[in-house]
Amino acid sequence: MAYILLRHREIPDIHEIDVYEKHGGFAALKKAVTEMTPEQVTEEVKASGLRGRGGAGFPTGLKWSFMDKNNWPHYVVANADESEPGTFKDREIMERNPFQFLEGVAIASYAVGANRAYIYLRGEFWPIAHFLDEKIAEMEKAGYLGERLFGTDYSLHIYTHLGAGAYICGEETALLESLEGKRGQPRIRPPFPPSYGLYGKPTVVNNVETLTNVPYIIANGAQAYRQFGTEKSPGVKIFSLSGCVNRPGNYELPLGTTFRELIFEHGGGIPEGRNIKAIMPAGASSSFIVATDEALDTPMDYESVPNVGAQLGSASVIVIDDSVSMDWVVEKTIHFFQHESCGKCTPCREGTYWMRKLIERIRHADGTEEEVALLKDVAMQIRGKCLCALGEFSTMAVVSGIERFAPDFEKAVATSSPE
Amino acid sequence: MSLAEKYPQEVERILAKYPPEHKRSAVMPLLYLAQREEGYITKAAMQDVAQLLEMTETEVAAIIGFYTLYHDKKEGKYRMQVCTDLPCALRGADQFLEELCENLGIQVGETTADGLITLEEVKCLAACDKAPMFQLQSGEGIEYYENMTVDKTMELIEALRKAGKEVE
Ligand SMILES: Cc1cc2nc3c(=O)[nH]c(=O)nc-3n(C[C@H](O)[C@H](O)[C@H](O)COP(=O)(O)O)c2cc1C
Ligand code: SF4
Ligand code: FES
Repeated sequence: MAYILLRHREIPDIHEIDVYEKHGGFAALKKAVTEMTPEQVTEEVKASGLRGRGGAGFPTGLKWSFMDKNNWPHYVVANADESEPGTFKDREIMERNPFQFLEGVAIASYAVGANRAYIYLRGEFWPIAHFLDEKIAEMEKAGYLGERLFGTDYSLHIYTHLGAGAYICGEETALLESLEGKRGQPRIRPPFPPSYGLYGKPTVVNNVETLTNVPYIIANGAQAYRQFGTEKSPGVKIFSLSGCVNRPGNYELPLGTTFRELIFEHGGGIPEGRNIKAIMPAGASSSFIVATDEALDTPMDYESVPNVGAQLGSASVIVIDDSVSMDWVVEKTIHFFQHESCGKCTPCREGTYWMRKLIERIRHADGTEEEVALLKDVAMQIRGKCLCALGEFSTMAVVSGIERFAPDFEKAVATSSPE
Repeated sequence: MSLAEKYPQEVERILAKYPPEHKRSAVMPLLYLAQREEGYITKAAMQDVAQLLEMTETEVAAIIGFYTLYHDKKEGKYRMQVCTDLPCALRGADQFLEELCENLGIQVGETTADGLITLEEVKCLAACDKAPMFQLQSGEGIEYYENMTVDKTMELIEALRKAGKEVE
């Protein structure tokens, strides 16, 4: 199968504008702006069945159609915060196939009538932001961005904006606050960004990978896109594979590919003949899947992954082998969320703090069985009470770890002693 | 000298990114600019940013405090930020950091005696398939070093040390 997103793996110089042009680059943008109405573009994306690749899997065309047409100006914001532990796909797209991403931003902007688009990158992507600035300048020079594109009335400017180290800024409303020059703390939703977004104006927030699919869909049509993937989860997805595998990395595969194919065929299996124990399919925010044969044969799509007790999310597949004890993994994820909680609501701020205290006692002091039960109880108390999904995310590994890998916690209690 | 005097073109370019009525959006890029020379944001620079954007000093301080890549204290010339988050830790990042500490003779959070390196532990940097890895942050920006070993890291530090001496 030819690549749709990671095209630089076949065409290494695709980050150069003339090479990108030679391989069909900007034809989709030109087609959209000169031959299609914004509504037609949105309809085509709707028909493709493309769903958001940032984690929530929301239908992209539908989101665009929600933009409030009685309130202007409109904005498009590309979410390039990529901070979920285990996720490193947007970075590869921007570093190696930047024009396809930028073309996607431009088409989305045209579809929703935005004349300004921002790319919000995590602060650590400093060199990537500078690289994209250069690519944007090249597009302006070539007439693909700027005033009156292709001789029409449509104008568009794209700007990069660097965050400064905060996982929560990947949450779309925290991202918008941050872009407005405030602390990155989530807003109460609804209203959702398509009615109240950047500067209070209708805004589409889409993930980098989501947007990078768009030029293909417009150039080839929704039906062409639907030949990949499944009926309900059409298209291709980049799976970031990490942890205990021989060949970690990004793999672009049709949605519906099984865990087994990803981990054992593409990823080369588990190192040193060890056995696979658990899978986190959505990064650190994920519940643990017990790596049974049935689980390994499960297709990775939005509908099937819940059948084995997790979500597809951003498809950042972390593999854990049988040399690893799950209480150690849970300590890592709790540390992460306690560190990244923005502190705006009490259950998340206090809950992650208490989970940290408890897991540290269980692992490093004279923790008891009761404290393991209490840890799960605290996690359950956090659920359903938080302003944003980070609170929920912080409980996923905790609850599924204690429920599905109880012996590891029993052992931790039995062997831990005061240091 | 104020930021606008020191870097007139850059300040102008940054402000031009945002609608004029929303210039507060420029606070993050301006804080990076303020951090460039010293590697941290001085009180004067903070006041300067506040004035430029018609924000209060407290508001600017709250931004600096919220985000981990802004610093209000002088530390080593380079912050070596090693990722020990779950995927990297599954590939030996904890041990890498421990050995690095031994080799440098400092603990996480400390700075080498010559003021060159401050060692820090950070969360996922979107390079999980290339662990062990770290980033080097200085006033000038951020650079990734991936698939590292302790030996390669010590060589890098030596090279940075030499480069620093030549400049002086
Ligand atoms: C705590 C948290 C962190 C998130 N981090 C990211 C991220 O780094 N990148 C991203 O694209 N979406 C992230 N999201 C999802 C965004 O809120 C939003 O759903 C997404 O950007 C929408 O784009 P999409 O529809 O194209 O997926 C995060 C959500 C939460 C709750
Ligand atoms: S759930 Fe956590 S991260 Fe989200 S708003 Fe509340 S405190 Fe902040
Ligand atoms: S866990 Fe270290 S870069 Fe992702």
